[in-house]
Amino acid sequence: MRQLRTLLQNLFAGDKQADRIVPPSGFTAQLTLFAAAAMAFLAVFALALSLASGRLATRWGDELARTSTIRIVAPDGQRATQTEAALRVLQTTAGVQSARALTDDEQQALLTPWFGGNISLDDLPVPRLIEVIEAENGFDAAGLRLRLSAEVPAAFLDDHTRWRAPLVQAANRLRLLGWVAIVLIAAAVAAIITLAANAALSANAQVIAVLRLVGATDHYIADAFIRRFTIRAFLGATTGMIAGLLAVLLLPSAADEAGFLTGLGFQGASWLVPLLIPILAAGVALIATRFAARKALEALR
Amino acid sequence: MIELENVAYSYGGGELLSDVSVKLAPGSFYFLTGPSGAGKTTLLKLCYGALLPTAGHVRLFDNDVRGLNRDDIAMVRRKVGVVHQDVQFLDHLPVADNVALPLTVSGRHAEAAGPDLGELLSWVGLTNRAHALPPELSGGERQRAALARAVIMSPDVVLADEPTGNVDWEMSQRLLRLLLELNKMGKTVLIATHDLSLIRTAKSEVQARVLRISNRRVQLAGADL
Repeated sequence: MRQLRTLLQNLFAGDKQADRIVPPSGFTAQLTLFAAAAMAFLAVFALALSLASGRLATRWGDELARTSTIRIVAPDGQRATQTEAALRVLQTTAGVQSARALTDDEQQALLTPWFGGNISLDDLPVPRLIEVIEAENGFDAAGLRLRLSAEVPAAFLDDHTRWRAPLVQAANRLRLLGWVAIVLIAAAVAAIITLAANAALSANAQVIAVLRLVGATDHYIADAFIRRFTIRAFLGATTGMIAGLLAVLLLPSAADEAGFLTGLGFQGASWLVPLLIPILAAGVALIATRFAARKALEALR
Repeated sequence: MIELENVAYSYGGGELLSDVSVKLAPGSFYFLTGPSGAGKTTLLKLCYGALLPTAGHVRLFDNDVRGLNRDDIAMVRRKVGVVHQDVQFLDHLPVADNVALPLTVSGRHAEAAGPDLGELLSWVGLTNRAHALPPELSGGERQRAALARAVIMSPDVVLADEPTGNVDWEMSQRLLRLLLELNKMGKTVLIATHDLSLIRTAKSEVQARVLRISNRRVQLAGADL
């Protein structure tokens, strides 16, 4: 902890005089700033994707795991009778917390995205739907199917297992992809900053020779370059992060009828997570520059 | 202080120095002469750890140079002031900052240093050039700035490689006078040069010893100089 504090103090307080020994170099400075800003911008989206996918997987997992649907596929005259019979069966089924038939309006709302709002359910052979909410321990789906086939032949139970698992798996994969993207972005930042630091160290071989002549240790020389690149990466990443957050903020807001993409973003405390991006970028820059400086100073003996 | 014992140095397959034994006594004044390419600069670099001998021993302040890591070498260089013929500065920093560079890299501030930076610049006649950038200096001014930088840490030894190589006669006399003053302050001074008039002038003022590199070896020169 003390080492970390010393490191941060050295980085951000630094020695003003020592900072001046490395000449300002336009190309590597701009490259580092631009790379850090661009990568931080992308990292915000990768993070938003990952967090949104995580929320989606959790929501789908929780909601679908505790609900089932019963379809009553019967001619008009028998549909109401069959529905009541099915509800009676459900009332006496262990593990069913509640069950209710969807109203015409609710069923119409479900069809509206596909057929528009001006259709009448009477014109379509639409089955009646019963929403079943499971109790904590759940019910025996196989046993319920047997009872329904005996007592309500027009009823078909769908406990969602068929399509719930692939959906949750897909959301989890998407979340994983988001994290993989963040790792790749960090690796790309490290590679670019290593290249920029190498270029700066090579361009300043004369400066290094002078510093060594007057008694500078390699640690001192490396620190001067590390400080320079770490602060640049931090500033670039902060700019990119702010731009990324603004872009996410400007995405269309999520609505009931909207799809997954409109839910891409941050919610509540997760808005604070992107604040870690500049710190991560600075950390990556510090390690990359230290690595580059060590190799370059070794080569410039 | 600085001692070379049976030192050899090879470069590019050929031996540049062979069986060189030199011991710099504290407070002494030395000249190192020899034709161009004889190995004067190489010998000086061996004296401050910039090069490692291929054979023999170089002892810097009682430490064998082979046993020193790069940080140790950096510490040694704080005790040895070096003036190069091709004086190297940080061109983006003004003269005053360049002169104070040894203090900066050792974590000391100019105000806390032994010799006052202002006095030092005055001593080498560069007070009015303190804020100039190195590329704006003349050859003589650069050499004087390098000398000021070499002594700002109050080193025990000052090594100068052809310090008068790029300056006119008047300036070379002025630089020599500064080096003689340093010697009178108790510093060991070693000047690599092939300027015999410089050696004659110095010998008229101090007990200067002349080392000559000839056929890869270093010999104490006779009174013919």
